[in-house]
Amino acid sequence: MQQATPHRRKPFPFHIVVFLLPAVVIYTLFMAYPLLDSLRLSFFDQRGPEPVFVGLQNFNELLFGELWAPRFWNALRNNFVFFSIHMLVQNPLALLLATLLTARRLRFRALYRTLIFTPTTLSVVIIGFIWSLILNPTWGIFDSFLQFLGLGDLVQPWLGSEKTALIALSLISVWQWVGLPMILFIAALIGISDELIEAAIVDGASAWEVFWNIKFPLVLPTIGIVAVLTFVGNFNAFDLIYTTQGPQAVPNYATDIMGTLFYRTYYGVQLQPGNPTMGTAIAAATFVVILAGVMFYLFFLQRRLARTEG
Amino acid sequence: MTTKITALQGQPAKSRSDIWQTLNRLLIGSALPHAILLFYTFLAMFPIVLTIINSFKERKNIFAHPYALPLGNLFSLSGYQLVFNPDRANTGLYLQNSLIVTVSTIVAVILFGAMAAYALSEYQFPGNRWLGLYMSIGIMIPIRLGTVGIIKICTALGLTGTLQSLILIYIAQNLPLAIFILSQFMRDLPRELKDAARVDGASEYHIFFRLVLPLVRPGIASVAVFTMIPTWNDLWFPLILASQEETRTVTLGVQMFTGQFLKDWTALLAALTLAMLPVLIIYALFSRQMIRGLTSGAVKQ
Repeated sequence: MQQATPHRRKPFPFHIVVFLLPAVVIYTLFMAYPLLDSLRLSFFDQRGPEPVFVGLQNFNELLFGELWAPRFWNALRNNFVFFSIHMLVQNPLALLLATLLTARRLRFRALYRTLIFTPTTLSVVIIGFIWSLILNPTWGIFDSFLQFLGLGDLVQPWLGSEKTALIALSLISVWQWVGLPMILFIAALIGISDELIEAAIVDGASAWEVFWNIKFPLVLPTIGIVAVLTFVGNFNAFDLIYTTQGPQAVPNYATDIMGTLFYRTYYGVQLQPGNPTMGTAIAAATFVVILAGVMFYLFFLQRRLARTEG
Repeated sequence: MTTKITALQGQPAKSRSDIWQTLNRLLIGSALPHAILLFYTFLAMFPIVLTIINSFKERKNIFAHPYALPLGNLFSLSGYQLVFNPDRANTGLYLQNSLIVTVSTIVAVILFGAMAAYALSEYQFPGNRWLGLYMSIGIMIPIRLGTVGIIKICTALGLTGTLQSLILIYIAQNLPLAIFILSQFMRDLPRELKDAARVDGASEYHIFFRLVLPLVRPGIASVAVFTMIPTWNDLWFPLILASQEETRTVTLGVQMFTGQFLKDWTALLAALTLAMLPVLIIYALFSRQMIRGLTSGAVKQ
């Protein structure tokens, strides 16, 4: 074991082990090992008394089999739609709000920030219920708002209709989570030196030019981080759909995502018994997708985004 | 403002019409930003406020006058009376469970996370780099993917249906980010400070607890906030591992509880308001620190 300092003859540095042990043990036992074990189980079939090694059979059935493939690809597609809406709505909105909140002179800055961040502090369950009430045609809150805007024709059961449910839920999720990237963007924008901005303004740059030529490039790395965090978070989503649409992701699986698919598969529902190893296969597939996204970020985006810095 | 415009006017060669200048003034000026911010703040708070004010109304008034404040004869506690009926929901117990789980998790994450962050950032030892990488993978990989494995481990350790299982899982979930944030803060501390203490004969533990920890308080605040919110609000693990009455958390309780009241809007709104209350109160009291904690953690990244 290498000595911590070369100046004194030191005994074995127990303190390093002491410092590291609790974290490493808990992390390994409850995060690393279970993940690897789950992945391992996906190569088995455990519907009988003993798990039987079946190689890639679970994945074969999941991706191509008659029983599982439609559900799987549907959930995967829905998850990507979910993610796209977050990228298209949540992140630009967060950037806009952050830019406004970091303007040089702004009264009530802290108040705005606090209030805008409030939905992010609440649980998804509460948010889901509140919004399902607002969108409920019986109460008609959202519907009367549409009518107020002269869009009365658009009134429909947003969460009950196959065409709109997923998008509605995505937007609800955006509404809840926008505070988080907003905070990250605020931190990034605060970090931009004032002198840089001052110099540009003295040179005659408009606020718009300052944003595009100075702030935006310097914020790009953060945009990258936000993008990958959004990706991971969206593919991990479950709570909102489960709360508002139930584990079967009504209507007709239109709101089914990887999380609900996994939950339903593992526990079984109504006539279909739980299939734990197929569940692990779904988890493994989700893992692959997330890993692909993270790898893409690490190997392509991160370098590109850092290059435009400064 | 006037000096800026004079400076702009003094510039040669920039082809900028007066229309642009007016537009710029609009943008930088206070009107538009406030309009946008006001609009979005309203959008953010409206659902929450709507729920709260309607929880104090009778059913017919929820539908007849949804936007009115619950004053005078619109005021009614019928929803709350239904909710507080002990046969239907054990809110006090759920609150207690959530508190136990969340506070224990935060304390453990801070303690173990700081210790590990310190060891990783302070000491050179073989495998330091790999261990750091190993621990930080958890930031990007959601712990839920290993749920089946977690169920197996909890069964093997005899922890099914306990709060301890939840606590240990949440610790594992939050350690990677905590270690990441805290090691950033610790790396910024000057080496001389710690070496001086060592020369004075201080033990490594003394240096850690008495010297380093107090100096990374902003990082600790950041970790506390990042840990508290997802732990308190988690639905997945309480649902899967600890759904029975004795170990139910508030979040799960609200989910199951409100399911009963789908026909009963007064009780539904009252239940939702009550569920929001602890978080809103804590947020109202500590929002400054919380947001500062989040920002300082983010800046370090």
